[in-house]
Amino acid sequence: MTLESLNIGPAIPEIFLLCAICTVLLVDVFLKDSQRGITYVLSMLSLLGTAVLLAGLEVPVREMSFFDSFVMDPTARVLKLFSVGAMAVVFVYSRSYLQQSGMFRGEYFVLSLFALLGILVMISASSLLTMYLGLELLSLSLYAMVAFNRESPLAAEAAMKYFVLGAIASGSLLYGISMIYGATGTVNLEEIAAAVSAGEATLVLMLIGIAFVLVGIAFKFGAVPFHMWLPDVYQGAPTAVTLFIASVPKIASFALVLRVLVEGLGDLFESWQAMVIVIAVLSMVVGNVVAIAQTNLKRMLAYSTISHVGFILVGFASGTTLGIEAAMFYTLAYVIMALGAFGMIILLSREGFEAEQLEDFKGLNTRSPWFALVMLMIMFSMAGVPPFVGFFAKVAVFGAAIDAGLAWLAILGVLFSVVGAYYYLRVVWYMYFEPPAETLRIGPSADLRVIVSLNGIAVLALGLLPGALFALAAGAGI
Amino acid sequence: MEANFPLLSVLIWLPVVGGLAVLIADALARKGVLPGGGDRWLALLVAVVTFVLSIPLWTGFERGTAAMQFVEQVAWIDMLNSQYLLGVDGFSMPLILLTTFITPLVVIAGWTSVKERPAQYFAAFLILEGLMIGVFSALDGLLFYVFWEAMLIPMFLIIGIWGGKRRVYATLKFFLYTFLGSVLMLVALIYLYLQAGSYAILDFHGLPLTITQQTWIFLAMLIAFAVKVPMWPVHTWLPDAHVEAPTGGSVVLAAIMLKMGGYGFVRFSLPITPDASMALDWLLIGLSLIAVVYIGFVALVQSDMKKLIAYSSIAHMGFVTLGFFIIFGIMNNTGSTQGAALALQGAMVQMISHGLISGALFLCVGVMYDRLHSREISAYGGVANTMPKFAAFMVLFAMANAGLPGTSGFVGEFFVILAAFQANFWYALLAATTLILGAAYTLWLVKRVIFGEIANEGVAGLKDINAREFGLLAVLAFGVLLLGVWPAPLVEVMNASIEALLEHVSVSRL
Repeated sequence: MTLESLNIGPAIPEIFLLCAICTVLLVDVFLKDSQRGITYVLSMLSLLGTAVLLAGLEVPVREMSFFDSFVMDPTARVLKLFSVGAMAVVFVYSRSYLQQSGMFRGEYFVLSLFALLGILVMISASSLLTMYLGLELLSLSLYAMVAFNRESPLAAEAAMKYFVLGAIASGSLLYGISMIYGATGTVNLEEIAAAVSAGEATLVLMLIGIAFVLVGIAFKFGAVPFHMWLPDVYQGAPTAVTLFIASVPKIASFALVLRVLVEGLGDLFESWQAMVIVIAVLSMVVGNVVAIAQTNLKRMLAYSTISHVGFILVGFASGTTLGIEAAMFYTLAYVIMALGAFGMIILLSREGFEAEQLEDFKGLNTRSPWFALVMLMIMFSMAGVPPFVGFFAKVAVFGAAIDAGLAWLAILGVLFSVVGAYYYLRVVWYMYFEPPAETLRIGPSADLRVIVSLNGIAVLALGLLPGALFALAAGAGI
Repeated sequence: MEANFPLLSVLIWLPVVGGLAVLIADALARKGVLPGGGDRWLALLVAVVTFVLSIPLWTGFERGTAAMQFVEQVAWIDMLNSQYLLGVDGFSMPLILLTTFITPLVVIAGWTSVKERPAQYFAAFLILEGLMIGVFSALDGLLFYVFWEAMLIPMFLIIGIWGGKRRVYATLKFFLYTFLGSVLMLVALIYLYLQAGSYAILDFHGLPLTITQQTWIFLAMLIAFAVKVPMWPVHTWLPDAHVEAPTGGSVVLAAIMLKMGGYGFVRFSLPITPDASMALDWLLIGLSLIAVVYIGFVALVQSDMKKLIAYSSIAHMGFVTLGFFIIFGIMNNTGSTQGAALALQGAMVQMISHGLISGALFLCVGVMYDRLHSREISAYGGVANTMPKFAAFMVLFAMANAGLPGTSGFVGEFFVILAAFQANFWYALLAATTLILGAAYTLWLVKRVIFGEIANEGVAGLKDINAREFGLLAVLAFGVLLLGVWPAPLVEVMNASIEALLEHVSVSRL
């Protein structure tokens, strides 16, 4: 085995990130609490370095390394760059929140970066084991992050729940992987695909395997009926962590479906299509209906996430290139919107007070017309109202569904997006139609205000000119 | 003006940018950078400039052709083959002028009566104006839908922030109702795109679709347009929205937004699905006649002035949809397009005319509401004694609403009834009941509010309209009378498009 045969070139950004994380971890140990800012800066520099390396990477159509267990293609690069960028936004949002709530500790950044590394590995996984490694790196980091606020019993409960359920889901995924391995004799996704198309795989074993893998995927994505952890975790975790869980890992979940189901098991599409449709429909229905009953904004956004996952799965359920591109478009659009929504919660939070109740948004238009407008744009975007990016995400997935002959699924989807519109409108209603309950000034730090503003503007700009995002999502299905 | 000047884009984006400028000016005024109070004037300036700029649309419009004019085409979303494609024909151009004409009036109407956050109020109306012009000029299905839906956002805020007591209920109902109606149209548009390979509406017009496809598309779009018009039985959002909306909101809603439903029928339903339209014309005619007759009776028993006018709007819009869908019967009976053209002319004139009259009536109610803060008919009586100038206007608009010859209200209804005789005697007879019903509810309203003894001290203390209000109502009165005695220029603008549409729908696609 030589270094050349490993072909580590495409993995250099990940390797750099790993080294950078170790550096941050080491440096942080020697820092006083007052110097925590250095950890923040170093983490940001790690992200910058990773992004630069990613951008500089020569990406051919498809390049394999580490004996075909790690793949780099243009789609992977887009997803990775997007993940790193979203991570940077998460850090900006989190900093002032963590400082206010006395949790400005190095572990947050180190764990986040480890989670990001897991996400990057998942995006490039071309073997079930690589996928599993990345997934566990991500999940373990997240479990710890949910319990980051040691004093909060709510957070501890959420972390416990997340961990136990997550472990079961991982078990299910592993079990499914073992079935597929048993049926095909390999964990490499390309070889699995070849075995399936050659008809060498035992169909029954494959189907059982797929079912268990799908359970694992649905759990990680937060799709119904494996969504139980999601509202509790969203609500219980510190907002800075919820912000992270709600955004970047969804890119990883997308990659998980893309690599395993589409690339690895694409030839068995007929077998898993029905399962994905059921999960998608349940997610759209449950997510949108249950969200109406929520008064806690974080919990409401949790159910909103569930419904968005349903819409993303509609893209996959259509099984066409168009559908996979649509799912990718939706995922990227969702990440931007979720970042903005949680960014607004952090912006309104102050020392010892989390603006997580719907009531806390009362009369925001009086307190700050600009940030009320930003939240309005994000809410209408999530509801799928033009001219915001969320609308085109829905056009893309419904278009794919109709194209694949699933017009009923598209009709169901649009009807439930109307149901969903109600609870997004309620946020706008509280902000604009109710008098303010308090008159405190909001958002102390300038960088937070600027990035939240830019986030809102992005939701509008990508809605007016969605071509750029469509171009990024193009080619995902090949 | 040069031929390639992007006039339509300017008309769309000038008010939108102007609206944002009003917001920024207000924010700067709060910080003390700019003097306060300029937001009104800026809003008025933008609205008036937009109107002035829209005049070349009328003067530069080539009469004899049905082709799209003032066309602008820029690539927008390559992946979806959707373009930024604008253009107007004889159907949309008058509606754009109606929009640019009404908006400055709305700004003036809200001049002093809006006390709470006036800058946002004016900005919302300006942005709304731009989006509405976008709806009328978009020739790309996706672009049309973007404007169509985006328009709901400012209206949602207008009713919700500046509305009456039950404003939250009314505005949520308004939004969800129209949103629900529209999403199925989105599915239909996507389906058409997948068939045609592009989102261009004119490409949709030429699609050969089977009767099954046509029927589904027709029904999906019918829901969207019927909610907007609104047609019975999906009209229930309108009275609530009208009653709770501020005066300006009611005016825009009645004068312009309702017309989008009617516009949708001539731009989408009739040309894209002519065979389904013909097969289902009985349904539309039936619903229209129910609107005319039944809703006319409902209007009769209202005790709230705004609600009465709202129901009257539904009844009058029934004429529009009646005019659109009797054309098949007429062409079938007479074998020529002449009578059908009359029906379409009547429906289109009725849209413009109703825009002016209902707008004016809502302004009249607004004038009274500003003074006594009541919309109840019983709170008034004998207003003519204290507000003679106002009473004169109110009576004029009421007469126009009742369809008195010499006013614009007469022209459209008369055309449609006349045409309806060629389709079916009973259609015409039922439609003609509006002449009685319309007169009954409107004149009874006038009798109770304007005439008679002074009812109470509130009325006794009323001040007559000031110069601003006088000017507003006078402009609208001029429009109503002009269109009433001399509708020819308006009809002439539409004729080529009407002929082309009739020719288009009379050829079966099967």
